[in-house]
Amino acid sequence: MTPLVLKRFTATSCIGRGIAQTLSSLSAERGGLSRCDFESAEIDTYVGTVAGVDDCALPADLGRFDCRNNRLAEMALREDGFEAAVREAAARLGARRIGVFIGTSTAGILQTELAYRRRDPATGALPAQFDYGATHNSFSVADFLRRRLRLEGPAVVVACACASSAKVFATARRMIEAELVDAALVGGVDSLCLTTLYGFHALQLCSASPCRPFDIDRDGISVGEGAAFALLERTGADLASGDVLLLGVGESNDAYHMSAPHPEGNGARRAMQDALSDASLEPAAIDYINLHGTGTPSNDRAESKAVISVFGAAVPCSSTKGATGHTLGASGALEAVISVLALRHGLMPGGVNTARVDPTLTAHYLRRNRAAPVSRVLSNSFGFGGTNCSLIFGRAG
Amino acid sequence: MKIGAYVGGIGVLGPGFGNWGEACAVLSGRRPYAPAPAVLPPPALLPPTERRRTGRVVKLALAIASEAADAAGLVAGRLRSVFSSSGGDGHNCHALCAALAATPREISPTRFSNSVHNAAAGYWSIATGATLTSTVLCAFDASFGAGLLEALAQVTVDRVPVLMVAYDTEYPEPLHSKRPFPDAFGAALVLTPAEERNSSAHIEATLGPGLLDSMTDAQLEALRTSIPAARSLPLLRQLALGLCGRTVLEYMDVAHLIVEVEPCR
Repeated sequence: MTPLVLKRFTATSCIGRGIAQTLSSLSAERGGLSRCDFESAEIDTYVGTVAGVDDCALPADLGRFDCRNNRLAEMALREDGFEAAVREAAARLGARRIGVFIGTSTAGILQTELAYRRRDPATGALPAQFDYGATHNSFSVADFLRRRLRLEGPAVVVACACASSAKVFATARRMIEAELVDAALVGGVDSLCLTTLYGFHALQLCSASPCRPFDIDRDGISVGEGAAFALLERTGADLASGDVLLLGVGESNDAYHMSAPHPEGNGARRAMQDALSDASLEPAAIDYINLHGTGTPSNDRAESKAVISVFGAAVPCSSTKGATGHTLGASGALEAVISVLALRHGLMPGGVNTARVDPTLTAHYLRRNRAAPVSRVLSNSFGFGGTNCSLIFGRAG
Repeated sequence: MKIGAYVGGIGVLGPGFGNWGEACAVLSGRRPYAPAPAVLPPPALLPPTERRRTGRVVKLALAIASEAADAAGLVAGRLRSVFSSSGGDGHNCHALCAALAATPREISPTRFSNSVHNAAAGYWSIATGATLTSTVLCAFDASFGAGLLEALAQVTVDRVPVLMVAYDTEYPEPLHSKRPFPDAFGAALVLTPAEERNSSAHIEATLGPGLLDSMTDAQLEALRTSIPAARSLPLLRQLALGLCGRTVLEYMDVAHLIVEVEPCR
């Protein structure tokens, strides 16, 4: 692919509101998981809650979009000059030339969960003020953002479970190459809700401890929430040394099982190989891999095999989900931003919470931070339905 | 740049339409429209145990995807795909929300893994062995336009065939009152970068302002406006007529999808 530049980026999760806090937590190997006290959930697990979401009010004219998910989007938008960067791009390129491509898995379904508790006892009807389209529907977050930022280009939500906000980079890349847009607001937003907490619990995938990706005792995920955005554009004469580029994207399907990865990691392997080929890079060109690394026995086993088959055991890799939790539909974009921080600051983040790496997982897993120059990073995201996406980022020379 | 592709196969299912052949006869004016509840066949592609468990949204998506791939004469398992739906499986969603509002909260693990928006794409890839990527989209009422735009961009930029599947099924109450789809409707197109043996037309799309096309028949127009996937009807009519022409499909409020259709000789 023709590289695209990340003009601006931001991330908000339980390890920090904006880039500075996120980097500070990563540098200190500080995780943000806490015992689950979300809403009325009674599940023995840990979650990655973003503090202050409920206090972040939406602009009054967008009140119908009010829900935890859009509040989290609003909160993230205000960090790192991101809103101003988008407005500057809209003024420069035209609002119709900027696309909005956002990943989410559950959007504002929490509103519906709450509304179901307030059904009319006689008729069963949902409360009159419940607005399905602006809160529950997957598109609500992209619709909110385009209205909030007054963007008029193509807008869509990619909803491929936990690969959603990695795949938005692929959609944006195609829309820019097809000249349908000149810039793209890409990102992911997913917020805590009962559906995912009780759903993963029913699948026996929620750990009772803070999740420990690649640990010999790993026993499941910690559900998190987060929002991360990037503004993608073609490279131009103003490209500066140190600017971060999207170099390659690889996508595949396992075609194996709805909720379990292919045991040999075949789909994951093809996504990584396709990303390398899209970037015209050899495996040795990758300095660090940010793993999907959920902390379930099966994901980490399959992903390690896939990484070994493409890269051997030489490339350092880690999962940052021990710190952030699994932010599901936001994880692709959140970990894209973490990958960008790795490039910018020469920081390969160690896997928080992991005490003893499973010796059968032979990928080169980093338990502690490593300071080293990083020129190119690959980031993995995989999801239910067997959907896989790998992204490669690099620094302009 | 305009984005374009050849239409290699079409699948349709909805009220009064059992397949593209039936829809084609109505949309080309050879037969009057006779609405009847959509009949969604059990997915022959899935093993019997899975077949019984799949909801209406998976049945609908798999039926039209199979019809389009077969009509294109292409191996389903070797196609990339774009799935686009305004809402996914409403019945499954209702069951989950009702269970979460009950005491004790007992959630079915299968219902949860089927609740992902990409469930239909997942079942499709498992059933056909399709390991090329599926992109699964939602754009509320603009979901058909968003799916077509994404699929045409993939064909144009990546020069590969793409199966585009747009589908919506109804919600049960109480969600139905908030999102009142009267029934299920889906349309699938196989889009290829070059003309193939089974290509019926070339389509080319741009975004811009325009006067939205509507359906002359009042019942078809009601169908078009009441189910997002049926916003495809003006394009399907143009393809059924086999004539050169332009249709304007609903997309975003400020930009419609303007599609030029040119039949293959």
